[in-house]
Amino acid sequence: MNLFFHIGRYFMLLYRVFARPQKHSVYMRQIIFEINNIGISSLPIIVIISVFMGGIITIQSAHAIDSPLVPLYAVGFTTRESIMLEFSPTIVCLILAGKVGSNIASEIGAMRITEQIDALEIMGINSAGYLIFPKIAAAVFIFPFLIAISMFLGILGGYLMGVSSGACTSYQYIYGIQAFFDPGKLYYSFTKVLVFAFIITSVSAYFGYNTRGGALEVGKSSTSAVVYSSVLILLFSLILTELFINR
Amino acid sequence: MIEIRNINKTFDDRQVVKDVSFTFYKGKTNLIIGESGCGKTTILKLMVGLHKADSGDILYDGQNFPKLSVIEQENIRKKIGMLFQGGALFDSQTLEENVQFPLDMFTDLTKAEKLERVNFCLEKVQLVGKNKLYPAELSGGMKKRAALARAIANNPSYLFCDEPNSGLDPKTSIVIDNLIKNITEEFNITTIIVTHDMNSVIEIGDNIMFVHKGENWWTGDKSQILKTKNQELFDFVFASEFMKQVLGSPKS
Repeated sequence: MNLFFHIGRYFMLLYRVFARPQKHSVYMRQIIFEINNIGISSLPIIVIISVFMGGIITIQSAHAIDSPLVPLYAVGFTTRESIMLEFSPTIVCLILAGKVGSNIASEIGAMRITEQIDALEIMGINSAGYLIFPKIAAAVFIFPFLIAISMFLGILGGYLMGVSSGACTSYQYIYGIQAFFDPGKLYYSFTKVLVFAFIITSVSAYFGYNTRGGALEVGKSSTSAVVYSSVLILLFSLILTELFINR
Repeated sequence: MIEIRNINKTFDDRQVVKDVSFTFYKGKTNLIIGESGCGKTTILKLMVGLHKADSGDILYDGQNFPKLSVIEQENIRKKIGMLFQGGALFDSQTLEENVQFPLDMFTDLTKAEKLERVNFCLEKVQLVGKNKLYPAELSGGMKKRAALARAIANNPSYLFCDEPNSGLDPKTSIVIDNLIKNITEEFNITTIIVTHDMNSVIEIGDNIMFVHKGENWWTGDKSQILKTKNQELFDFVFASEFMKQVLGSPKS
């Protein structure tokens, strides 16, 4: 019953979030602020993780290919597929759920317990729309760019590690990352990113917005936001994989 | 003028507001006083719509707030300024941005006109030149004054203040009280203040409702309150020996 209560309340909140904006110029300013706040500020962690993970996947792939019948360009191919299909869209989004999700939940939760949201309501402002819509819009806009950067850097990290460690030659790796390329899989990857961007921001905002109590509850909301966002990302990753890949 | 009629509110089988009726007059500082937990803040939150009353009417110049549509309620809320107990300033915004916020949302003023209005409000609360400070850089009293500046930025018709003196020293409390009183009279606002601070009651209590156990127990003004024979109000006003000595207990 508790689950249904939360699902119902989540959709009621979304109804308010997507109500007509009261002042477009203010919302636009907020969206630009949030693009920087939740998007651009996440770049350093994405760069570091992507480069290292690309390198690790390459080394593991090269190590696993010990049969002379398997060509070494398979290292590049495996790295590309791993990065493009799962690492960048799903794992990076899980990391963003931790960074961005906890940030959103704690920010809105703190605003709730310090009566800042009440202040907005009393001014006659749709607080859900003003606080949450710009975050969702910003994430849905900027996450695909972040993931595209992650894909590029992951594959680049694989190249650097693969060539420098002698796991494969430069030619083999570049040939591998071009082999059997299906552009439709990019459509699948970026569809996942858009769904995950929406989940991370809306679920985290939901937990923050409904915080009651004090600092302890803000911490709990933040934890719940990360846990539920992560579970939902994995669930929807499975559903979308079934829909797009396993047709 | 705001009139509340027979409002009731229950939380989890506990009735915290019982059939309360009162009239808050324009241009006066109307006080809701009472012990902690007596229901005075709940009454305030019912009046501004942060809680929904189980029954009763809340009339803003004749318009029954609970029975209005969401759009009509929003239109009334645009005429409300509120000073929260903790200030409720937006942490991520400077003082200037905080005060300008209602103007950004509800007016089509130019940048220069908004800045002029912001500076006017900051001057009213004696915070000239503090425009670029963030709430974290302000003292408790400055936060209250900043919140008051934000509350009056959009020329409100109604001003609600929830314990404006809590956590402040007596000298700063008097400054805040006088600011509220001056703003109320200068702009002819209907001001409602929730407080349990006896200094405020004596300084600015034009029209007072004493709430006891969720009920309207006594009404009057600052001159009548010191002569009260009402036992519960007497216990509240003359809770300390100091107050009895300074004010002179009517029962002594």
